Amino acid sequence: MQIIGKTNFDFMGKKKITFVISSIIALLGLIGVGQIALGTANMGIDFSGGTAVQLNFSQPVAIDQARHALAKHGFKDANLQEVSGGNKLLVKVGKATHVQGPAADAIEDAFRKEFTDNRFVIESSTEIGPAIGDKLRKDTLVAVVISLVGIVIYIAWRFDFAFGVGALAATLHDVLAMFAVFFVMQKEINLLFITAVLTIAGYSLTDTVVVFDRIRENLHKNVKDSLTAICNFSINEVLSRTIITALTTFLATASLFFFGGEVIHDFAFALLVGIIVGVYSSVFVASPIVVIWGSRNKETKA
Amino acid sequence: MSKGLLWRFSLIALFITLSLLYLTPTLVSPLPSWWKGLLPKDRIHLGLDLQGGTHLVMEVETQKAVEGTLDLIATDLEDALSAKTLRYKQIARQGGDRVGMTFYDRGTADEAQKLLKDKYPTMTLVPPYDEGGFVHLQLRMNEKEAQERKDRAVAQALETIRNRIDQFGVSEPVIAREGLTNIVVQLPGISDPKRAIELIGRTARLEFKLVDETVNPAIATPGTIPEDTEILMEKRTDPTTGAVTEIPLAVKKKAIITGDLLTDAQIRIDSQFNQPYVAIEFNSTGARLFDQVTAANVGKRFAIVLDNTIYSAPVIRERISGGSAQISGSFTEKEAADLAIVLRAGSLPAPVKIIQNVTVGPSLGEDSINKGLMAGAIGVALVILFMGIYYKLSGMVANFGMILNVLFLMGALAALGATLTLPGIAAIVLLIGMSVDANVLIFERIREELRLGKTPIAALDSGYDKAFLTIMDSHVTTLITAAVLFQFGTGPVKGFAVSLSLGVIINLFTALVGTKAIFDFVLNRLRVKRLSV
Repeated sequence: MQIIGKTNFDFMGKKKITFVISSIIALLGLIGVGQIALGTANMGIDFSGGTAVQLNFSQPVAIDQARHALAKHGFKDANLQEVSGGNKLLVKVGKATHVQGPAADAIEDAFRKEFTDNRFVIESSTEIGPAIGDKLRKDTLVAVVISLVGIVIYIAWRFDFAFGVGALAATLHDVLAMFAVFFVMQKEINLLFITAVLTIAGYSLTDTVVVFDRIRENLHKNVKDSLTAICNFSINEVLSRTIITALTTFLATASLFFFGGEVIHDFAFALLVGIIVGVYSSVFVASPIVVIWGSRNKETKA
Repeated sequence: MSKGLLWRFSLIALFITLSLLYLTPTLVSPLPSWWKGLLPKDRIHLGLDLQGGTHLVMEVETQKAVEGTLDLIATDLEDALSAKTLRYKQIARQGGDRVGMTFYDRGTADEAQKLLKDKYPTMTLVPPYDEGGFVHLQLRMNEKEAQERKDRAVAQALETIRNRIDQFGVSEPVIAREGLTNIVVQLPGISDPKRAIELIGRTARLEFKLVDETVNPAIATPGTIPEDTEILMEKRTDPTTGAVTEIPLAVKKKAIITGDLLTDAQIRIDSQFNQPYVAIEFNSTGARLFDQVTAANVGKRFAIVLDNTIYSAPVIRERISGGSAQISGSFTEKEAADLAIVLRAGSLPAPVKIIQNVTVGPSLGEDSINKGLMAGAIGVALVILFMGIYYKLSGMVANFGMILNVLFLMGALAALGATLTLPGIAAIVLLIGMSVDANVLIFERIREELRLGKTPIAALDSGYDKAFLTIMDSHVTTLITAAVLFQFGTGPVKGFAVSLSLGVIINLFTALVGTKAIFDFVLNRLRVKRLSV
């Protein structure tokens, strides 16, 4: 069985359209990153500090009632979220809330007093001091930069500088695309999201490397054709592999997304987004940049 | 060729055996009686997000340890100067690194200076200077010594916390220092995290202080009471209503006896009132001091102070010798038991502040495991189905490789004592998708070669050869990110990185050695003429 036979798409010819699409995605991603830098993004308490408590009630709870109960006990800005499955409620408060003692205990007390006939258990509670959030944010930034630099050095060493540039651009594009999607959907930026971003950086690189490998091989075999033609030819050659791998990874991750439970839900979602943009970028971002960069070098040499 | 094949199959069989061996404790429970000696006994460690428990990061307020030392030096100097009948106006800690002294005349200050040089040779002495008719002198602790003291405070705090947790009874706790001032504590599967946190975080500085009866605490303000007196609160809980009342009491600032002179603390039950109390035993120095103090103060009250809260303030009825005493107060049996633990384990050299507290309930942990395993199983099934349909028999070989991959990965996790977290399960699921990638690369190459008209054996070999570099490159790039994640990640994220990097390495083996061996066997030994790909 074969999904697609021998193909002959003109991928390079679409670069004007795809560059516009990519630029829009990257721009959105940059805005998202800017929001994080300004502190206006939807940051998880991993980074901003604060308290999150997940409660499991025996009877359904109306969000409004819960909000009212919390406001009565000094948590006016509490962020309430219903969790799928059971009567679960996730309460988040920022570090700015001033309550005596641990906020998690105060939240528990508030519900105990206000919902006397609705028993509940605390499923999880997380309290993160602002100092540790700062440290995490710094460490994370360092981690992202180091891994990107490491990858680019590896690619530049294994291939050619033009390929290194293409790989870097494609990886950055994917990272920004994930930020863009999370920014547009107002999803929370937390440690797991960053983990997903780094994983996808590695994954999308894998895709890019496979395409590059074929381009390099064909460059050696074929010296007559233009770089553009060789890129097109190579991408078509590995297209079935690209689609199949994306499909298997997507299937596995999708099962994580649908059946993995609430804790892993957004993480799996980030991975799904990453897999799609990873495939797109290795075809429509990485190779066109190699073509542009590579042919410019040829001109200057000639 | 056949010898190489034997080698490869032996290697695969060895790895399968090892993996199963290391996984047995996780899968079989309880272990059979003959399972002992050198055979592995550790189950796969589950992260707190999977089994429930509490993860704490505590910051030791090390500056307070330095200040505490300086306070002690100040008290010690008061005694030393008084013993030499050197008159001083005031001795007190100033700022965070020095003790200041004020004398009435230059002569006394010079005498004191000599004494200080002998007594504290490592500290810097600021030469005496006149100001406002008095002579001032300062003793400063060097930066280096302060740093050492801070360092020691963290080490001591770690030791004390470990003691307390041991006595509290938590199986497999993790207690480790992180960075300069932080301590990480992981308590898997505890049922009452709040109680544990209170126990761990309590400074537990026990002091016996005389009550200052000359001051009326109800109307006293900081300005009107003598300098050596302070107001502390006595907490009383009504046993029937549970209401807490706070009664102010004036006590001398200077402690007569402190908790470091204890040798033991035990919870007892008062047979008369059926009330729990804590019986304490002093060491010889403590016993002598206690004997002297009680003898000299019969009829007066003394306060038993823990972390600046008064537990009780009984009247000394008679001289108490023998070195034992009791702390009674209105506490429950649990509170008394915890009090005994902290007194036995010793006080923290400096207060600790909890800066991160992640608690996962056992039900959520179990829920996460079940869902994670379920998602994994469905993911595996989908991929197996897809590969089987798309690549037919070759796809089944790839599936076999993938299952080996998961088995080896689990075995490696167990063998290395690595921790499996929920993101770790996610990494495995992701790897299931990616692990067939190497095979896909190879199979696509083989199809190309077959299309060129090569024989199955030739197509197979050149397929593997041509895909080899690509596979290496793609795995190394993933490994780079995994390594960075491992270096910088904490908790569950680290678990993700461990699973990911191990998986990538194992995948290299199963794809290049494992599946190749099967193909070689089928084509060379069974002499199959057609490749089902």
